[in-house]
Amino acid sequence: MRHVISVLIENEAGALSRVSGLFSARGYNIESLTVAPTEDVSLSRMTIISTGSDDIIEQITKQLNKLIEVVKVVDLSEAAHVERELMLIKVRATGKDREELKRVADIFRGRIIDVTDSTYVIELTGNTSKLDSFVGAIDASLILETVRTGVCGIGRGDRILRL
Amino acid sequence: MLLTGAEIVVRCLAEEKVEYVFGYPGGAVLYLYDELFKQDAVRHVLVRHEQAALHAADAYSRSTDRVGVALVTSGPGVTNAITGIATAYMDSIPMVIISGQVPTAAIGQDAFQECDTVGITRPCVKHNFLVKDAKDIASTIKKAFYIAKTGRPGPVLVDIPKDITIAKAEYEYPKSVTMRSYNPIIKGHQGQIKKAVQLLLDAKRPMIYAGGGVILSDCSEQLTKLVRTLGAPCTNTLMGLGAYPATDKQFVGMLGMHGNYEANMAMQYCDVLIAVGARFDDRVIGNPADFARIARKIIHIDIDPSSISKRVKVDVPIVGNLPDVLDDILRLLDGSADRPDQEALGEWWKQIEEWRRRDCLKYKQSDEIIKPQFVIEKLWEVTKGDAFVTSDVGQHQMWAAQYYKFDKPRRWLNSGGLGTMGVGIPYGIGVQLAHPGSPVAVVTGEGSVQMNIQELSTCKQYRIPLKICSLNNRYLGMVRQWQEIIHGNRYSESYMDSLPDFPKLAEAYGHIGMRIEKPGDVEGALREAFKRKNDLVFLDFQVDQTENVYPMVMGGKGLTDMILSSEDL
Repeated sequence: MRHVISVLIENEAGALSRVSGLFSARGYNIESLTVAPTEDVSLSRMTIISTGSDDIIEQITKQLNKLIEVVKVVDLSEAAHVERELMLIKVRATGKDREELKRVADIFRGRIIDVTDSTYVIELTGNTSKLDSFVGAIDASLILETVRTGVCGIGRGDRILRL
Repeated sequence: MLLTGAEIVVRCLAEEKVEYVFGYPGGAVLYLYDELFKQDAVRHVLVRHEQAALHAADAYSRSTDRVGVALVTSGPGVTNAITGIATAYMDSIPMVIISGQVPTAAIGQDAFQECDTVGITRPCVKHNFLVKDAKDIASTIKKAFYIAKTGRPGPVLVDIPKDITIAKAEYEYPKSVTMRSYNPIIKGHQGQIKKAVQLLLDAKRPMIYAGGGVILSDCSEQLTKLVRTLGAPCTNTLMGLGAYPATDKQFVGMLGMHGNYEANMAMQYCDVLIAVGARFDDRVIGNPADFARIARKIIHIDIDPSSISKRVKVDVPIVGNLPDVLDDILRLLDGSADRPDQEALGEWWKQIEEWRRRDCLKYKQSDEIIKPQFVIEKLWEVTKGDAFVTSDVGQHQMWAAQYYKFDKPRRWLNSGGLGTMGVGIPYGIGVQLAHPGSPVAVVTGEGSVQMNIQELSTCKQYRIPLKICSLNNRYLGMVRQWQEIIHGNRYSESYMDSLPDFPKLAEAYGHIGMRIEKPGDVEGALREAFKRKNDLVFLDFQVDQTENVYPMVMGGKGLTDMILSSEDL
């Protein structure tokens, strides 16, 4: 099962390596990990996408809670939540492909944020499967490079993760 | 008050009432050593290898309820210390390690004696810090002690660059610590505790399984009361020996891979099991699937939530500080109108006595050759069961655990989790300094003892009168045993040729050495050694080369699938 785990952690040097070290030391799986400071700059928030049985996910949350700098851990996927990921994708855009790429980007509500004679950079946000679909929808030979942020997630409605 | 970083460090240690710092000087810690030199509140013990400093500080802590402190220099000082840190981490021993670091400006420049200490130690410490400003030293050391001894204890490392020890800062030692990200749970969940009490009162075949957590949280008294109130059998893990008195009739012995037959059987066939500060590890319950084969209700009390339901599914988890939770359980038991079912208990004990009659620790005595088990039995007799015993790792460790009947907590010190050979002598140093005048025996073998033999020199310098009982069988015995049983007697690299003359070696270090070759001389030698209260005596017992540790549960097998003697092979 795929889980979305949110972690509030002290924004200190080395905090990220404590988390990533924990995952590698105990053989847990990380699909993606994003981290940035929150509105309170003394805290960082991570979103970790991991897969594992219920027992493993339970251990992951317990082990994360054991890290001294971790303030709170929530498994967002236990209830309704929203996930988003940002992708920047650079494509070869020449001739008739220019129009076609623009059209596909529009369908996916992507935006072209950089244009040259021969390339576009398209910005796209959505959940992981939407980004995957976009990549699948355009001619693979046109893709020059892609970069994705990994998933960040937040609970819906009254579910709030803060101090 | 404006002080240098080095002064602040030493002041902080004094403030924490640190009696001994175990360490080894070097370039990055010169200013710290200079401050140690100028005062006499904190005493320093100079070891011969940093690993031993860590083990000695670890043992100081294991045998008391205090935090052990070690001091090492940067680079190789730290890497040498790693085994000692990992050993303490695996057994949840509260320690603070101060390490020197190259000057802040040199960090990351591949400077002389630089290593990424925070990175290298991260997986084997409870927490670590790199101090980047002299004004943070006091609060960091305060936090380090607090984190080390609260919650599930463990080693905490504070890495201090050399320039920070020279820089000046205002000094004030914080009175208390509050950390929003670290708040260990103390009280157990009352609903769960009620459920546990009812299960225990309704049990037909209750069993109490106590581990190192009982020792670390100093609640042997409550545990003993619980065992007596319930009238149930009690087993201790290797780390828990001494938590419940071994000479008591309700004690069924250690359990696990080399556990007593009756302990393992009772673990398997009980209907309600209460685990107190123990973690169902692989050496204790064998194959978890086989353990789960028989239905039983499991209550698990532990301060670390991640220890619960890690290897074995638990019915009633209770997260909390053991003494607090046990107090709550005892109060509810006292207040309850229900009593344990005496008739069912009678049947259960009849079954246990039947298992006990297998006499699983019996061995064939000999007039010709010393049996290693016999040495431990005599050691117990001669010391009246009241010595501090440290051990190394291997067959001798198991024999000490099986045959020395520990009645008190914090008397038995060994590396249970990491299984570190070479801890014996340094552990002895830490224990003896914490308990001057008490008899301290080091049970070791000719393999393990050579892994930190240089510490005989430390023992001389600080007049540490250990009684080192080496069960010398000229083999790495536990390896040899597995090779005999699993690898068709192919003794690959487990025989040691060219052993030193140990008694002479002890003499070279300024101690007394004895070689004992006949069973009839064992007791006399031990008596003679313990009579020499101020001398370190190295007793080189020439023991049976082919003796094995039984009972034995092979790796991956079920707990009751025991080999009781060589005839079962």
